[in-house]
Amino acid sequence: MSNLSHAEAAAVFNKDEARVDWHDETLWFVRSKRDRAAQSIPEWEGLREAASQIKNHVLSNMHDLLTQFEQKAIANGIMVHWAADAAEHNAIIRQILADNKVNQLVKSKSMLTEECHLNEYLKEHGVDVIDSDLGERIVQMRGEAPSHIVLPAIHLKRGDVGDTFHKHLGTDAGATDPQYLTEAARQHLRDTFLTRKVALTGVNFAIAETGGFVVCTNEGNADMGVHLADVHIACMGFEKVIPRAEHLGVFLRLLARSATGQPITTFSSHFHKPRKGQQMHLVIVDNGRSRQLGRADFRNSLKCIRCAACFNTCPVYRRSGGHSYHTAIAGPIGSILAPNLDMRQNVDLPFASTLCGSCSNVCPVKIDIHEQLYKWRQVLMQEGHGPTAKTLAMKTMASVLESPRLYRMAGKVGRGVLRFAPVVAENGLNPWYTHREMPEPPAESFRDWYINNKQ
Amino acid sequence: MKIGLFIPCYVDQFYPQVAKATLTLLEQLGCTVDYPLNQTCCGQPMANSGYAHLAGGCDDNFIRNFAGYDYVVSPSGSCTLHIKQHLHGHNAATDNDASAIRGRVYELTEFITDVLKVESLPAKNQVHPHRVRPLRVGLHQSCHGQRGLHLSPMSELVGNQGVSKPARLLKMVNGVELVDLDRRDECCGFGGTFCVTEEAISAKMGKDRVADHLRHNVDVITGVDVSCLMHMQGILRRQESKVEVKHISELLVN
Repeated sequence: MSNLSHAEAAAVFNKDEARVDWHDETLWFVRSKRDRAAQSIPEWEGLREAASQIKNHVLSNMHDLLTQFEQKAIANGIMVHWAADAAEHNAIIRQILADNKVNQLVKSKSMLTEECHLNEYLKEHGVDVIDSDLGERIVQMRGEAPSHIVLPAIHLKRGDVGDTFHKHLGTDAGATDPQYLTEAARQHLRDTFLTRKVALTGVNFAIAETGGFVVCTNEGNADMGVHLADVHIACMGFEKVIPRAEHLGVFLRLLARSATGQPITTFSSHFHKPRKGQQMHLVIVDNGRSRQLGRADFRNSLKCIRCAACFNTCPVYRRSGGHSYHTAIAGPIGSILAPNLDMRQNVDLPFASTLCGSCSNVCPVKIDIHEQLYKWRQVLMQEGHGPTAKTLAMKTMASVLESPRLYRMAGKVGRGVLRFAPVVAENGLNPWYTHREMPEPPAESFRDWYINNKQ
Repeated sequence: MKIGLFIPCYVDQFYPQVAKATLTLLEQLGCTVDYPLNQTCCGQPMANSGYAHLAGGCDDNFIRNFAGYDYVVSPSGSCTLHIKQHLHGHNAATDNDASAIRGRVYELTEFITDVLKVESLPAKNQVHPHRVRPLRVGLHQSCHGQRGLHLSPMSELVGNQGVSKPARLLKMVNGVELVDLDRRDECCGFGGTFCVTEEAISAKMGKDRVADHLRHNVDVITGVDVSCLMHMQGILRRQESKVEVKHISELLVN
């Protein structure tokens, strides 16, 4: 991950304006598909409300639901592990691999393992991990992190993928034909699926009443992995639990429509128990979630079902790219989750927004994302994570704006300077002026005019 | 009906013509309007930067200026929303006043539509009598007015959300042709201090928003928030564009 702040990384991304336009248009296309899918369901807003209320119920009954889920899962023959943090999660997976004397793993999409930096950890410990989601495989070959939680390689053009496959899979140099490239990836992954003994998947929904879980993919890669493996490891943040199987009828209708505009993911695979001779492990992870659950203003960020609708609609995300967020989960939802994990490191993220509110409107579980961005700003500045210069500037600004006399004086001086010595503002030190002209300052304020003409 | 006119600080200082148009429009619609002389700022610049705890002085000053009015009306969706959501007093008496103000503060087009229930504007000929063709107007939906105050239907939501208040009023002006945009409610990227702290993204968002209007050959870009308009005007001027930027009050006033 880069050490640049969001604004710095976004400025670098914006040096190639044509690429920014392409990135923006590509994601806007996905947002438009989402709109059409939502508009096709007259009861869409009712579905969102139902999903939101089910998730609110989950957040308020987390202990009971998780206990019920664990009991049922164990009764089904699933081995359940609890991990307090990323380190425990990674160690559990390494232990399962060691117990099975295996040092190779095939993994379908799991943002939780990105959050825990599982790939880097296993690599350090001599385990060879292959991501089987096509987008994830592409970024893995390139040594990059996913830039989007649903479309991990959305920052790359066909030519970039062609170059990557040429280097790693030996495809023809300069090839950009999607069918040719996909076929190369398919052959490469097929070999992986056939030879890996342990397959790891994420979890989209864990059902307390049945002890089963559901994994959604479009490529069938999760199924290919686990059906051919002796050991299935599924990893989930504890907030993935839902009370009953019938609730899937709400969430599965919302998830894919919100994510890509599809009516449903191509594969919604239900796992209840290991098949004969197979081991099935479930790793349930906290990693800061209980802390977030305890923050009254931010707990409902845990309702998230990782559809990325907020990414696709966010005008800032579309123009800054996922890597500028320097966190496993980018975009608006990432910006309200990340400060919980590390305030100092993620202090810039709640400010990477205009608070336009589009994210909250597309959210299928009605998380008040933009209001939480505003609230995180208050928490971060009050806890002293603001730069000293900014804090001083804000104190000065507040003392001027709260005093009618100082405000009028500052306004008069400011307008005068802009009128008679515009160079003070119209220079390279003023970020406004880089791409925008200054407003033309009038001779008199409205108040002056009002006193002279209306009183 | 006692109406207090709340003019955002930067409008007072840089866009007095918008404040004059707002005042005149309200008077033409039969209102008696007061402009409290000691008003300054709603406190939003501090609050959106994470320093709401420094905005108490602005709150107190706002309450001193606007307590006691039946309505507080402002030509800004953003400042109105800030007052509606965040104005607080610092003792029992002022907090009572603050609560009353929060319930009585209106953005201009919201006030004209929901309180005055205006069905037609004061008699008026053409926007520009010499024009042979209608004035093509692009309406910028400022986010806080639209998604915060629900001034216009939102593209993300499904179902009947009513009519757009600013668009309905613009359609009452003879000679105005309201233009459809490709992205009817995308943010312009101003965002308060965002416009300097995230300069690259802010400017790019502004350029893209302006380009949508230009693609549709608008003569004028209008909206309910001068802050968004100031941002887009800065970009248009840098491009040496002839497209004008006007606050909606300047188009509605006779």
